[in-house]
Amino acid sequence: MKIAVCVSHVPDTATKVNVGAEGKSIDPNGVTYVVNPYDEFAIEEALKTKEKIGDGEVVAISVGPDANKETIRKALAMGVDSGVLLKDDQFRDSASVAKALAEEIKALGAELVFFGKQAVDYDNSVVGQMTAEYLGYNCISVVVDFKLDDRKVTCEREIEGGKEIVSTTLPVVITTQKGLNDPRYASLKGIMAAKRKTIEEKQPAAAENKVEIIKMKKPASKQPGKVLGSDATVVPELVRLLREEAKVI
Amino acid sequence: MKKFKGVDYFKIEDLLTHEEKMVRDSVREFVEEEFLPVIEKHYQNATFPFEMVKKMGELGVFGLTLPPEYGCAGLNNVAYGLVMQELERGDSGLRSFASVQSGLVMYPIYTFGSEDQKMKWLPELASGEKIGCFGLTEPDYGSNPGGMVTKAEKVEGGFILNGAKMWITNGTIADVAVVWAKLDGVIKGFLVEKGFEGFSAPEMKGKHSLRASITSELIFQDVFVPDENLLPGSGGLKSPLMCLNQARYGIAWGVIGSAMACYDTAVNYSKSRIQFNRPIAGYQLTQQKLVYMLTEITKAQLLNYHMAKLKDDQKVKHTHISMAKRNNCEAALDIARTSREILGANGILDEYPVMRHAANLESVKTYEGTHEMHTLILGEDITGISAFE
Repeated sequence: MKIAVCVSHVPDTATKVNVGAEGKSIDPNGVTYVVNPYDEFAIEEALKTKEKIGDGEVVAISVGPDANKETIRKALAMGVDSGVLLKDDQFRDSASVAKALAEEIKALGAELVFFGKQAVDYDNSVVGQMTAEYLGYNCISVVVDFKLDDRKVTCEREIEGGKEIVSTTLPVVITTQKGLNDPRYASLKGIMAAKRKTIEEKQPAAAENKVEIIKMKKPASKQPGKVLGSDATVVPELVRLLREEAKVI
Repeated sequence: MKKFKGVDYFKIEDLLTHEEKMVRDSVREFVEEEFLPVIEKHYQNATFPFEMVKKMGELGVFGLTLPPEYGCAGLNNVAYGLVMQELERGDSGLRSFASVQSGLVMYPIYTFGSEDQKMKWLPELASGEKIGCFGLTEPDYGSNPGGMVTKAEKVEGGFILNGAKMWITNGTIADVAVVWAKLDGVIKGFLVEKGFEGFSAPEMKGKHSLRASITSELIFQDVFVPDENLLPGSGGLKSPLMCLNQARYGIAWGVIGSAMACYDTAVNYSKSRIQFNRPIAGYQLTQQKLVYMLTEITKAQLLNYHMAKLKDDQKVKHTHISMAKRNNCEAALDIARTSREILGANGILDEYPVMRHAANLESVKTYEGTHEMHTLILGEDITGISAFE
């Protein structure tokens, strides 16, 4: 069985990002990029599923510029069998990323597809679901437990205030949430083995974006804090300000 | 706590290949997530975190430069160095474990061992299922190992070993000890296995340094070692010294990991510690200390990187390794002490790693060739006159 795992190359959440000169994108200078953290759960689940079945092939797919190969290589080092880069240097909205992925997944014939529940760069949380729609696959999102029994899929997913158990059948798109598994480290042998694995580069169909970025700006900087004093006498004033000004109590 | 981003003032990062960076980052992540949360407790209790051994085996840090047919990664010496650096950023005890397993046990079995010995031991040592130790130093022979009194005598089917070794990392928990003993006056390596009659390895207690590492004595009382456990390729003092070169190389890289931890802690602390209404990072005395630390780390990084290249090209001399070990241990210890000064009283608490690193580095400066011996090795190389023999 072929299993696809779709991965995003995103700025490390610990790096400070700046807006690029044209005001519509992130300035990549000085930004460390990493595998989208939610995608690590997707990679791990794909590998675990393959190991459980005892057969199959896991293919990592990413849409974006050459730099995304770094994220694909990390996936290969973790144990993914091969990679595909759908190369595009231009901006793509969620729908056109999903469309490119769907076409590739169809060509691969993968009936089980894993995504992270969201990419931490734009936080749209929709690419997995959109890809399922383009493919006509079933879809279970925000999954914290995944079971595959022949063609039957049973998942636990997080909902407000609780969990729900959902079942469906292959073909399916799963989007993964923290708690699903404990992603493995790329082992040193895995890193060496990844050198011999291939990343195929393909040209996806041109983007038909439905969303245009008009402007990107940083949030207003925080107001400096206020020091009222350092003993108990300021408590009434603190309470008044919290209630009347900050309106938090 | 802020995520550690490495120390790289001279863009040494640009010299590293993609694989080397991935190796470093993987080990860094492991140390950050698995090891740092538990080290202070183990250090205080003087215990070694055993659960790390299998995990390090899975990660592939043991014998990582050895070839894949023995279950190893076959990486280069830059990767080996970076791994040691990241492990020691955790704790010198963790790096010591990996140094002994890789440089002092797997390396001699690989270099001096028979094919049967390699197949028997290397894969399981690589995976961490088996643990090894290295017995060279004796109670009365430290800097002068050639004077050792541990002896092997040939008997039918094997050898009888008598003597004692001291300051042996992992001795008590080892499944196999690479033991150096004189056979008819010539130093030879023997694989002494746990459970051999007459072999015991009591733990040495009461250390104020390397507390999260097991240090032992090895005692041999008429221990029978079968013929097949002699390392056939070993002979003379040169054999154990070749092993020490592997370990010293790892130490030269490793201690810079400790230094990075201490520097990073000092920078963060000094920027947030307010005295006389301003961060202490704004005072000239603190700035001078930080500049000293960063400069020494940068120099050592460049020395290490070039040493790795020489080693990969098989051009490295033992004197190069002596210089790097000597310089980097001293620099790291100074950096740890200086970091403790910047942190003031807070520097002695286990909330910060600096006092632990400072205490560890006192040992690291001394083991695997004391600072003084490396000075004399270099002195001899420069002048052609030995000051100790």
